[in-house]
Amino acid sequence: MKTNIGKIVGINGNMITVAFEDAIAQNEVGYAVAGDEKLMCEVVRIRGTLADMQVFEDTTGLRAGSDVEFSGDMLSVDLGPGLLTQIYDGLQNPLPRLAEMCGFFLKRGTYLPALLDDLKWEFTPKVKVGDTVTAGETLGTVPEGIFEHCIMVPFSCQGTYQVESIIKAGTYTIKETIATIKDESGNTRDVTMTQRWPVKVPIKCYTERLRPVDPLVTQVRIVDTFFPVARGGTFCVPGPFGAGKTVLQQITSRYANADIVIIAACGERAGEVVETLREFPELEDPRTGKSLMDRTVIICNTSSMPVAAREASVYTGITIAEYYRQMGLNVLLLADSTSRWAQALRETSGRLEEIPGEEAFPAYLESVIASFYERGGLVRLKNDKEGSVTIGGTVSPAGGNFDEPVTQGTLKVVGAFHGLSRERSDARRYPAIDPLESWTKYTSVVPREQVEAARSLLSEGTEIGQMMKVVGEEGTSIEDFVLYLKSEYLDSVYLQQDAFHDVDAATPADRQIHVFSTISQILFTDMDFGDQAEARRFFHQITQTSKDWNRTEMGSDDFTKTEKKLLDMISEVTKDA
Amino acid sequence: MHKVYHRIDNIAGNVVSIKADDVQYKELAEVVSRNGSSLAQVIKINGDDVALQVFAGARGVATDAQVRFLGKTMKVPFSDALLGRVFTGGRDPRDNGPALTENMIDIGGPSVNPAKRIIPRNMVRTGIPMIDVFNTLVESQKLPIFARAGEPYNQLLARIALQAEVDIIILCGMGLKHDDYLYFRDTLEESGALSRTVMFVHTASDPIVECILAPDVALAVAEQFALQDKRVLVLMTDMTNFADAMKEIAITMEQIPSNRGYPGDLYSQLASRYEKAVDFDTAGSITILAATTMPGDDVTHPVPDNTGYITEGQFYLRNGRIEPFGSLSRLKQQVNGDTREDHRTIMNTMIQLYANFKETLEKQSMGFRMSKWDSKLLKYGERFEKEMMDLTVNIPLEEALDLGWQILADCFEPMETGIHSKLIEDFWPNYAEQAKRS
Repeated sequence: MKTNIGKIVGINGNMITVAFEDAIAQNEVGYAVAGDEKLMCEVVRIRGTLADMQVFEDTTGLRAGSDVEFSGDMLSVDLGPGLLTQIYDGLQNPLPRLAEMCGFFLKRGTYLPALLDDLKWEFTPKVKVGDTVTAGETLGTVPEGIFEHCIMVPFSCQGTYQVESIIKAGTYTIKETIATIKDESGNTRDVTMTQRWPVKVPIKCYTERLRPVDPLVTQVRIVDTFFPVARGGTFCVPGPFGAGKTVLQQITSRYANADIVIIAACGERAGEVVETLREFPELEDPRTGKSLMDRTVIICNTSSMPVAAREASVYTGITIAEYYRQMGLNVLLLADSTSRWAQALRETSGRLEEIPGEEAFPAYLESVIASFYERGGLVRLKNDKEGSVTIGGTVSPAGGNFDEPVTQGTLKVVGAFHGLSRERSDARRYPAIDPLESWTKYTSVVPREQVEAARSLLSEGTEIGQMMKVVGEEGTSIEDFVLYLKSEYLDSVYLQQDAFHDVDAATPADRQIHVFSTISQILFTDMDFGDQAEARRFFHQITQTSKDWNRTEMGSDDFTKTEKKLLDMISEVTKDA
Repeated sequence: MHKVYHRIDNIAGNVVSIKADDVQYKELAEVVSRNGSSLAQVIKINGDDVALQVFAGARGVATDAQVRFLGKTMKVPFSDALLGRVFTGGRDPRDNGPALTENMIDIGGPSVNPAKRIIPRNMVRTGIPMIDVFNTLVESQKLPIFARAGEPYNQLLARIALQAEVDIIILCGMGLKHDDYLYFRDTLEESGALSRTVMFVHTASDPIVECILAPDVALAVAEQFALQDKRVLVLMTDMTNFADAMKEIAITMEQIPSNRGYPGDLYSQLASRYEKAVDFDTAGSITILAATTMPGDDVTHPVPDNTGYITEGQFYLRNGRIEPFGSLSRLKQQVNGDTREDHRTIMNTMIQLYANFKETLEKQSMGFRMSKWDSKLLKYGERFEKEMMDLTVNIPLEEALDLGWQILADCFEPMETGIHSKLIEDFWPNYAEQAKRS
């Protein structure tokens, strides 16, 4: 077949206009030729015989009249064993191998295979000749780190197939045919360990979608207790800069109770990704004892890397997440930040001279965001196992104002909202999730009544605090004042958490249940104080003791001792019945 | 041999367009007309219509001007001969020295492969407690100084430049007042730092296009020094002028504005400059400090807002002091764990108490009775502002930490600070004696 070739007729920033003759498809990938470099680009609009294409690279040096080679495929990723532990850019180029080849700087037009061809995998067949299979069903497995990686019938197969041949157990590379399958009309198809899948199309090889119920424990107290996230759910973390979005995501990526974590660093600082990719190999996954990197894939398209690839990066991330979900695993995708992705859409839309919507974002922004978050979910697979993709996206609203299109478009489609506030971060109350503004639709790890009671105490305490600013402490009754101190106490010893302390950084679910019930008990004890100064002094004391308690290992002597000390202190001020 | 074109079709703002073929995107051209000559760069190609941005501005360009394409993109000379020199944003000498033409390097090159970066690990000591103790500056950090026009941000930049231990200082002026340029030059000269400094200065009266070129030129040079294993500090002032120059050009190019007239790619444009800050695996580093004036003292203005999302923290300069609220060094956690064990605790405790002081101040101004606790806070706040926040204070980190403990001990009981018991025992001045007495 001869290659379909077009000619560049216009260049404006990263957008090129290409005249073509043979048929091309929307979202088809092409390569613009600049000297000996070939720059990847994607069709975003077709008008008559002209196609507008966004180039995933810097366009310096392209000429009008140069060739564009169309590939015939949509933007796709390679799926197969070896994805875990990798660090990719938005187009699934492995960055460490790129560094070996090109040195310190990224070199445009250099594309490397995502998976290593020469690596051998220990294959164990799970079907026999004559078996009937459909897309997404397992043909065999290979061990990949701590997981059994399923080699599945390609997702693009439609209808039922019969296994014609299956290779015997042994070590093979990803390029070798491991099975041949035949469809109903007798066409055969060779299956290798890898398959390609277009990133913008959801993988739908499951029997049904289920409602997410079980909590995904992140070990962040304010999240799990007050604003939990479910396995297969979606959540968003909007906040002004400096409020701690990224630290919160880093903590989540470390401690969350998921099998696989995919970090899509989309248009954010390179330094933050570097922290993750240098530290994760050193850190131990508390659940498996192996390196955290073994369960992680990093997609990294930082702010100074080409804008068009930024959009691709979130799709690359979600596609890899869906692939592992198909094996019955629980995957957590963290996208930081979806606002940068929206801005990439805005830049593209502006170059296409589309009619702008609110704040010059394109009119289709909300539907694009919605269909992205809808790719998360809990599903029942064809083999009756369950798999899930949980999506957490940060949003960076302009000016920290949540009334902007990206935040609003996101809030409509997520199940939990962790709004970060500037006031809390200025007061160093981390994590700066606003306990009054945030909400969730999922179930907490602690009993619901306790949470409800604590939340209403928080809001009453805040009201009293506001009131005190007007009427002063002397104008506040001792009962109200104690209530205010209690809410401050809850805030400083439970909602706030020291992300940089070994023990305090992560609180497992059982500890949360235990500690929260003790604290609830304290909160709803009637206390007797002579005056406000005495009350304040007492709360200073129990705050300090409780903070010490948070810093002791659960189950240790210190833990029990401190708890007892705390309860003793409380009983001293308890009002006699 | 390059073809010469004689017929300019359109002139709008600083952009001229001609009909030409076989032109590269971003290629340079020379525009010669009877009123002088200037370089220009291809910024748009549509069929055989080519739009060129004229660096010196299109003023005086005649429709019969000669346009000659040079077949190359923008480059800057790089060698040690740059040190001690001053150039314009368009990289022509601003001092009376010779023009340099050797070893030309590309500007606006590709970004660094994240896999080749390393986690920043070296503190940059400045002798300013508000930075060293509370928001430690780290090598390879990119940090803006947010300030209203009129705040002494240039003085602060100059002071950090002189006190920080770096090998090379690069000053990038954008829309700089001529007086400020002379201030930088004289200050650096007096302290003997000029010989390790390169300046690229675009002053407010220079052509606007050069304002956009200045950071690219400066950072390209910084990158080369860093690759030679040098620790480079880049001072940029003022990034708001840079953004305004982009706005001006985008609007004349009839681009759809996104927010308050700024182009939709403001974030990406700023990011591609700031992200040049780097700590190379096996080579030097680039640290960027950039002044960003906030029009109307409004941090939600698009320029400071987008900047805040890109940079690794920010310093707020208000009333000549670095404001503790809002000011943040994101990288401080990388280094302040290894300085002294009480560093982080002092940092957090003092700020929390200062926040309480601010609340008390509010109560006081509304005429409420001051409780005993309030009086303690008032005493503390006053000392904190005087002995820590004042920018004239110049003491090393360790002394500043000791001072912090002293202030706390003079104002509070140990447990009122909320510091956990172990540190109190080790660091609270005269704690043992106090414990005996009570």
